[in-house]
Amino acid sequence: MIEVKNVEKSFGDAKVLKGITTTFETGKTNLIIGQSGSGKTVLLKSLLGIHQPDSGTISFDGRIYSEMTSDEKRELRTEIGMVFQGSALFDSMTVEENVAFPLKMFSHKTPAEIKERVDFVIARVNLVNAHHKKPSELSGGMQKRVAIARAIVNNPRYLFCDEPNSGLDPKTSIVIDNLIHEITVEYNITTVVNTHDMNSVMEIGEKIVFLKEGVLAWEGSKKEIFKTDNEAVTDFVYSSNLFKKIRKAQNKED
Amino acid sequence: MMLIRYLSQIGKYFLMLKEVFNKPTKWSVMRGLIFKEIDDLVIGSLGIVAFISFFVGGVVSIQTALNLTNPLIPKYLIGFATRQSVILEFAPTFISIIMAGKMGSFITSSIGTMRVTEQIDALEVMGVNSLNYLVFPKLIALLLYPFVIGIAMFLGVLGGWMGGVYGGFTSSAEFIQGIQTEFIPFHITYAFIKTFVFAILLATIPSFHGYYMKGGALEVGKASTVSFVWTSVVIILTNYILTQLLLAS
Repeated sequence: MIEVKNVEKSFGDAKVLKGITTTFETGKTNLIIGQSGSGKTVLLKSLLGIHQPDSGTISFDGRIYSEMTSDEKRELRTEIGMVFQGSALFDSMTVEENVAFPLKMFSHKTPAEIKERVDFVIARVNLVNAHHKKPSELSGGMQKRVAIARAIVNNPRYLFCDEPNSGLDPKTSIVIDNLIHEITVEYNITTVVNTHDMNSVMEIGEKIVFLKEGVLAWEGSKKEIFKTDNEAVTDFVYSSNLFKKIRKAQNKED
Repeated sequence: MMLIRYLSQIGKYFLMLKEVFNKPTKWSVMRGLIFKEIDDLVIGSLGIVAFISFFVGGVVSIQTALNLTNPLIPKYLIGFATRQSVILEFAPTFISIIMAGKMGSFITSSIGTMRVTEQIDALEVMGVNSLNYLVFPKLIALLLYPFVIGIAMFLGVLGGWMGGVYGGFTSSAEFIQGIQTEFIPFHITYAFIKTFVFAILLATIPSFHGYYMKGGALEVGKASTVSFVWTSVVIILTNYILTQLLLAS
């Protein structure tokens, strides 16, 4: 579980995060949603340790990040898997080498053990005949699968995904969403997904954190999001007519 | 204001150098990276260095010959002038400036592209010291740079000999006599000391510009240009300082 307490972050005069307090639960797909500029990415980067919060604490299963030594922080980073918005695969490496990279860097596995684990993970994300391809030879969806495979190859306790569906068609987006959710449940990982894709919210949002102008404006599950009267949330979620109709239908059913 | 910005950049550059030697990458991974950089930066530069050195050596020899109009001036000076120009300045300094364009823009654009596409963030999130991973192998690979300059010296003088002899400006014996005249072994040491310093500059200044760049594809191009300009400026200034320190004292 990741606990965020009163986290604040400013860049110059602009206060981007204003006292965020929430928890991201283990074995669940936790989503951070909000409009562009609401502070989602800054919160995610603060969780990853890329940004240092000005105040407040972030703790990973009781370990407070700001109180860790640099060795402990390095150790924690090996427990983190990250799927970047643009996949961030290493151009000069093949799919196999990209996925094997964290193992080569941080494990004491033999080359045969690494190969076995890489083959398993590549199969787990349903990638076939792609072992020796370079990232530039893959489609956007395949690149995302490789990024997920690389993120989970070292058995992380925490998985972070920054807009995993950006640039993907709706069908591939659902496949990627479901893959993230399945992996979260299967390996009991604390997964945090930063998104503004409402399909993802409806599909996999077990815990949703809604940010507005740096403030945590609402949190709850995907079921609760249909019923909430929070104006900020309804403005964001039901900005399209399609979702307005879905909400109406859902409320009638209830 | 501009001065403060320059000083701040210089400070940032030295902090980067310190970080390059922190938290070293696993040797089994680093070994592969070093060999790759040797192939990309050193072996990949041999062709262009050989071509330029040979022909510039030839041109230096011909130009010297054409300017020696006084019949009292001995012809062996063609070989002497070619040797001095090639060993003291052309091979170490001008080849380094050419390499600031070739190697430097390659280093800046490859690291800059990794920055733009979040590959450096990916390394950092995994707990890898990205500066050590990216810059250290380049630094080690470029320890072989004096080998490249040694080849440039040899081919420059060879080109001068061929240009002078086959162009009919001097005889082979006179040219070789010129090469041997007043030979000071310390000049070779001086040239290689310069080369070693330039190798460090060639590895680190373009890496600095690539690593700390911000923006997109357009900025990668701009960073490569800025990197070439600054690497050249620093090489020229360092050349002046080292020459003053090593030869003028």
